[in-house]
Amino acid sequence: MTKVATRDAYGDALVNLGKKRNDVVVLDADLSGSTKTSKFAKAYPDRFFNVGIAEQDMVGTAAGLALGGKLPFCSTFAVFATGRAWEQIRQSVCYPNLSVKVVASHAGVTVGEDGGSHQSVEDIAVMRVIPNMTVIVPADGVETTLAIEAVAEHNGPCYVRVGRNKVATLFGADYKFQIGKAHVFHEGKDVAIIATGLMTAEALKARDLLKAEGIDAGVINMSTIKPIDAAAIIAAAKRCGAVVTAEEHSIIGGLGGAVAEVLSESQPVPLVRVGIKDTFGTSGESEGLLKHYGLSPEDLCTAAKEAIKKKR
Amino acid sequence: MAATEEQVKALKEKARNVRVDILKMLTECGSGHTGGSLSAADIATALYFYKMKHDPKQPKWKDRDNFILSKGHAAPLLYTVLAHAGYFATSELCTLRKLGSRLQGHPDSKYLPGVEISTGSLGQGLSVANGLALAHKLDKGANRVYALLGDGEIQEGQVWEAAMTAAHYKLDNLCAMVDNNGLQIDGPVAKVMGVEPITDKFRAFGWEVLDIDGHDMAQITAALDKAETIKGKPTMIVCRTVKGKGSPVFEGKVEFHGATPTKEQCATALNDLAVCK
Repeated sequence: MTKVATRDAYGDALVNLGKKRNDVVVLDADLSGSTKTSKFAKAYPDRFFNVGIAEQDMVGTAAGLALGGKLPFCSTFAVFATGRAWEQIRQSVCYPNLSVKVVASHAGVTVGEDGGSHQSVEDIAVMRVIPNMTVIVPADGVETTLAIEAVAEHNGPCYVRVGRNKVATLFGADYKFQIGKAHVFHEGKDVAIIATGLMTAEALKARDLLKAEGIDAGVINMSTIKPIDAAAIIAAAKRCGAVVTAEEHSIIGGLGGAVAEVLSESQPVPLVRVGIKDTFGTSGESEGLLKHYGLSPEDLCTAAKEAIKKKR
Repeated sequence: MAATEEQVKALKEKARNVRVDILKMLTECGSGHTGGSLSAADIATALYFYKMKHDPKQPKWKDRDNFILSKGHAAPLLYTVLAHAGYFATSELCTLRKLGSRLQGHPDSKYLPGVEISTGSLGQGLSVANGLALAHKLDKGANRVYALLGDGEIQEGQVWEAAMTAAHYKLDNLCAMVDNNGLQIDGPVAKVMGVEPITDKFRAFGWEVLDIDGHDMAQITAALDKAETIKGKPTMIVCRTVKGKGSPVFEGKVEFHGATPTKEQCATALNDLAVCK
């Protein structure tokens, strides 16, 4: 299985987009080598703007470029993009409903060694709450490429979350990505695992482990967190009667929160949220951190059984 | 291409009328920012009725110059000059801050033609102006971008990030102005958090800096003309102003930052403005 970091897929997608559209401009805040916007900078230096270590200014400048008829993508690490510049994203981008695309890399604990200061586990929550904002967390390189093409066509602010490390390719060349549409890998009948980002691959591994124990777990890739595909969640809940969410993000306010909102209002079934349990990250290597924070396939199996047990 | 004496005289009269309408609007609506709208009235008048290329019939005209009101609380001023310019009827001014009005408490570009971008949270407009200036450079357009900041506003760190960016990218199609009225909500700027020397600061950041009397129409128009001739760097016009300018009822009074006049105060002020005609 090929492995591609979603940030690399983003960098390549930007270059392709830049080739197709003259209005695409890219901004970065001194992390272009890491976010992979450096690829665009090399290909189209006149349309690349490094603002230095100034995330708030980056977002405001992007808003101005959008006003001036450009299609700006701005990138830095997720923790800085959505934390440091949150209010600029709210006031200068989402409130006037400008078509600025914030694509943030190094999200989640798999940033690894840099530690908790650099591991964003709150970004989905704080982006999701802003009106007009679309929030997308691609699961692999293929979906990242398609998501970048889709947000370029979408008129309005978008947040796309990509990661540092190489992840397994889950989608084939025939995959059709659509904003707001979940992808059902397996329908399942005992429990539905709704996952986002790199946790979709872990959910697929968990499905295999559960299968060996006679449990039929559904796996749904929920790459768009907002607008959430409520129909897919309700259908999964009806079919399986229990749901597990899986995200490399706080269990508060992210995918787990969004799914809980839909279930509690429309189709109440037992739910177990797998994610970072209201704590900060810490230094370590990525794989070990996923285990440390209870995000391994084995942890998903435990959660699945717990959810099933809660069924009446 | 300096402004003629007649032009200056007409602009002064326009600014006087703008102040009259600001006061009427604020008195009638009972909510809004009086002091900072009056202090910048001459600056905004010079921009909309002397310097800027714009067309009220085509608010999105692609060759227009852009104005970003970074100090968004001076919305009553922006609305009044836009109405006087013909973007909408002056009769709409009395809807300020009312439910359903396009004239939001702070400018909202989603609703009102002529408002380039929603502002209100301070410190963000200069970055937006930079982005517009960059877009015009990419398009090789002759458009110019103007941004108006408050002196208290420049306490926001983002202003200085943007100040670096404008100089770094040599945005000579950008002209920013500080309405240096010396007062902010909690008191004198110098007492709350000193920002002086503003001119030296922007000069050190690589800007061309002009220091003028922000109520002298001849100086304002001359500075705006001069800014157009500066190449290779952005221009900052630091405008020395009086908060609440137009009547002793408001002048230099910090309590009128976010308060509106009573009917009696308005009547006195309108009388003062008529006298200075």
